[in-house]
Amino acid sequence: MALLEIKNLIVAYGAIRALHGISFHVNEGEIVTLIGANGAGKSTTLRTISGLQSAESGQISYNNQDITRAEASAIVQRGLIHVPEGRRIFAPLTVRENLEMGAFTRKNKQEVADSMEHVFHLFPRLKERMEQTGGTLSGGEQQMLAVARALMAKPRLLLMDEPSMGLAPILVEEIFDIIQEINKQGVTILLVEQNAHMALSVANRGYVIEIGAIELEGEAHDLAENPRVRTAYLGGG
Amino acid sequence: MQNEPKVFFKKESARFIGIGLVIFLIVQFLINTNLLNSFWSGIIFWGAAITILALGLNLIYGFNGQFSLGQYGFYAIGAYTAADITYRWTHGDPSGVAVVLSGALLTLVCYVGIAAFLRRFYRVTVMTQFTFYLLGTVFSFAIAVLVLAQPLGRLAQTILSALPGGLSQQIVFFIALLGGAALAGIVSYLFGIPVLELGSDYFGISTLGFTIIVKVLLDNTDTILPFPEMKGARGMIGIPQWTTWPWVFFSLLLVVMVMRNILHSSIGRAIVSVREDERAAELVGINVANAKLLAFVVGSIFAGLAGGIRAHDLAFLHPQSFNFIQSFNPLIIVVFGGLGSMTGTLFTGFVWIILLEGILRDLPTGYETWRFVIYPLVLLVMMLLRPEGLMGRYELPYLRRVLPARRKTEETEPEEVPA
Repeated sequence: MALLEIKNLIVAYGAIRALHGISFHVNEGEIVTLIGANGAGKSTTLRTISGLQSAESGQISYNNQDITRAEASAIVQRGLIHVPEGRRIFAPLTVRENLEMGAFTRKNKQEVADSMEHVFHLFPRLKERMEQTGGTLSGGEQQMLAVARALMAKPRLLLMDEPSMGLAPILVEEIFDIIQEINKQGVTILLVEQNAHMALSVANRGYVIEIGAIELEGEAHDLAENPRVRTAYLGGG
Repeated sequence: MQNEPKVFFKKESARFIGIGLVIFLIVQFLINTNLLNSFWSGIIFWGAAITILALGLNLIYGFNGQFSLGQYGFYAIGAYTAADITYRWTHGDPSGVAVVLSGALLTLVCYVGIAAFLRRFYRVTVMTQFTFYLLGTVFSFAIAVLVLAQPLGRLAQTILSALPGGLSQQIVFFIALLGGAALAGIVSYLFGIPVLELGSDYFGISTLGFTIIVKVLLDNTDTILPFPEMKGARGMIGIPQWTTWPWVFFSLLLVVMVMRNILHSSIGRAIVSVREDERAAELVGINVANAKLLAFVVGSIFAGLAGGIRAHDLAFLHPQSFNFIQSFNPLIIVVFGGLGSMTGTLFTGFVWIILLEGILRDLPTGYETWRFVIYPLVLLVMMLLRPEGLMGRYELPYLRRVLPARRKTEETEPEEVPA
């Protein structure tokens, strides 16, 4: 059964329509990727799911509940966490404080401390930088902090927007390894990427989104073989 | 997150309050022995009122990042409300006490009901919310004025006249301060719902508009508004001079403690993180609109309280003293002391008034106008030498927070990474 189900979602910024009625679903335990060019509507999709952007029409159901019009803060409480494009960490706060903010909605201090332990296990580099402010971290470390902060909220479904953006190839590999690791620990992941090659190599299934509509869908390895995908997104045949 | 030793925390509180009480006793002693003449004790009372006002603004601007020029508007509302209550009381009319108290309570009940009702709908627009809350407020005060004023007024008079005169006066003063603060809080709530939604600069301009509206209304209290005793642009006289050092000191202590506890709680973290990055705050599950509204209302309640204290020290209110130019005073104090530093505001609030209204008033004959040369120069030099404010990020141990205060943006902007 689908953990997240999007039906005929239409989103507009003023008079300009960004999404022309897209539908897709994410099953529990999967990694699903949305790939597409700049301005195709990938980020808009994620922003609408997490409540940062309101939908014009359509339905978003998560865990069999309609969350189309729920507040962003209420959505976080249900374990649907968005790792935004451009990281959006709290630059003046230390790494530890950033992580504590990630656990804002959780009340049990012991569980939060356990989560922090777990996060430092995943990202040993963050532990070294614990008392450093977020703004002084490198791009890769900031991305890791953004993912780590999301994990502090104990997500069931993680929405990740361009985690590889602006990172050196070796860091991209590292981030994608961690994504797979997180998924193995039982977190479902919806991944938006421009780096289609990497995204399709870790995902179970994928959707190709073009100018606000889903153009192709299928198993990740099938999409990676698809001639259209290869020419448009994977750099030639 | 680690188990912080609770004992340590208590020691800091005890020391802070202990030192505060010592200062209280020293000043009280100086006043009683007349070592501190009425001019200087007035300066200290004024300093405390301005400090309370500025602490409120620091919560709104320094901690929550919402640039506001509306603080003097709420200060004026608190001052005039409290003054009207005590003025009426001393002129044998208990209706002020009855109306403000019952109206504020009814409004509170109404708001709780409206909030519970609106929560059943998703994403109600701010204008709809505003309309509901406005109707609730009007309804509550209409009942208070038309129905409750007479019987409750008589009841209050009966009870209070049975008490000794000194005590009943203190109770009325307490109600007046409470009423002024409550009205400022109610107005800020109504104003904040639609306006806080705007970005910071737009919000700033709107609050400037608010201060001007309040000033214009105060100019016309005897013509447009039904308050002849406020005497419009001629200024309100005959306010009892009831502000004493204990009232001043304990109000300030209460404000500091309330603000400190808010900032140390998870609500405080929400307030500060909204300043740092609204979007990020939303993504970690903070209700940004509520956090902003809370900081704004609490800050305005402080302003209303400060107004009541000032009104009953000065015994005279004039709309001109709530001109929007004045609204830069608390702003200067907050920036001077350090945005997001309670210690800075506490220190600068007093220093500012002592310097500006005390020392600089005593300039030698022929040099009086130099006051207006010296204080802008102080501002300039200060901003050049210590742009982060006098205290910067320093807080007294009792006030120290979990989150650090705002740092200079140059250091904090993350590197721009090419896509």
